[in-house]
Amino acid sequence: MARMKFLCDAERCIVCNGCVTACKNENEVPWGVNRRRVVTIDQGIPGEKAISVACMHCSDAPCMAVCPVDCFYKTEEGIVLHDKDLCIGCGYCFYACPFGAPQFPQDGAFGLRGKMDKCTYCAGGPEQNFSETEFKKYGRNRIAEGKLPACAEMCSTKALLAGDADVISDIYRTRVTKRGKGSEIWGWGTAYGRPEKAAVQPGGK
Amino acid sequence: MRKTMLALLVGALIIGISGCGDRPTVIYKQGKYQGKPDTQPWDNEQFKGDRVAWENAVKARAQGENEYNRAN
Repeated sequence: MARMKFLCDAERCIVCNGCVTACKNENEVPWGVNRRRVVTIDQGIPGEKAISVACMHCSDAPCMAVCPVDCFYKTEEGIVLHDKDLCIGCGYCFYACPFGAPQFPQDGAFGLRGKMDKCTYCAGGPEQNFSETEFKKYGRNRIAEGKLPACAEMCSTKALLAGDADVISDIYRTRVTKRGKGSEIWGWGTAYGRPEKAAVQPGGK
Repeated sequence: MRKTMLALLVGALIIGISGCGDRPTVIYKQGKYQGKPDTQPWDNEQFKGDRVAWENAVKARAQGENEYNRAN
């Protein structure tokens, strides 16, 4: 059984925001709602890291636990989705989520909070697959097309991986084994060639 | 008098019928999903209900994220 997950490789993310743009474009997410965003840690300090964050489709999702109307469900593939027809926009899920994934469209003169919107893993929602209603409420259903979320597929450096947990873990493991760790993967040596790989200058010592 | 009676009768009928349009109240069961059932991603024309085919398609797609397959 597939268990769909996201994995962001902090060593590769270059904060291009391509994932954010891809998500916005693919799902036609309204203004003010960001299903995905890029977070930079230790900005300006050498070795700063950035990761792309959205709903992580938790195995034991706290949003599901706190929802007073139980509008959340988990698909067989482990994707956490919700029914917008049931959502009352209370915001409990926002406070429960450690990633700040649930978003609420602000509407009207007094900033009325609308129904919750979040990353659907490009899997649509509880409507007929590929229907207009599904697209309007939840966005594209790429998963039913046998594709992966647009953000991961669009990622230029392939920092953001999406897919079956076992498959993307294998990809990440291979990567880490081949590239090394710590100072081997960033800094002067990587950018300009390691000393042992530097070309011998003619006439040099 | 008759017109008034008729108007009252029509009014009562309209009010009576409008009751039929009430949506059934959702009775919440704590801890259980209350919404509409979702269709499976393999239940469509492309995969024709074949779950294995869908899983294979997604796994093959994920390999596109592994550039070590292509570069090295």
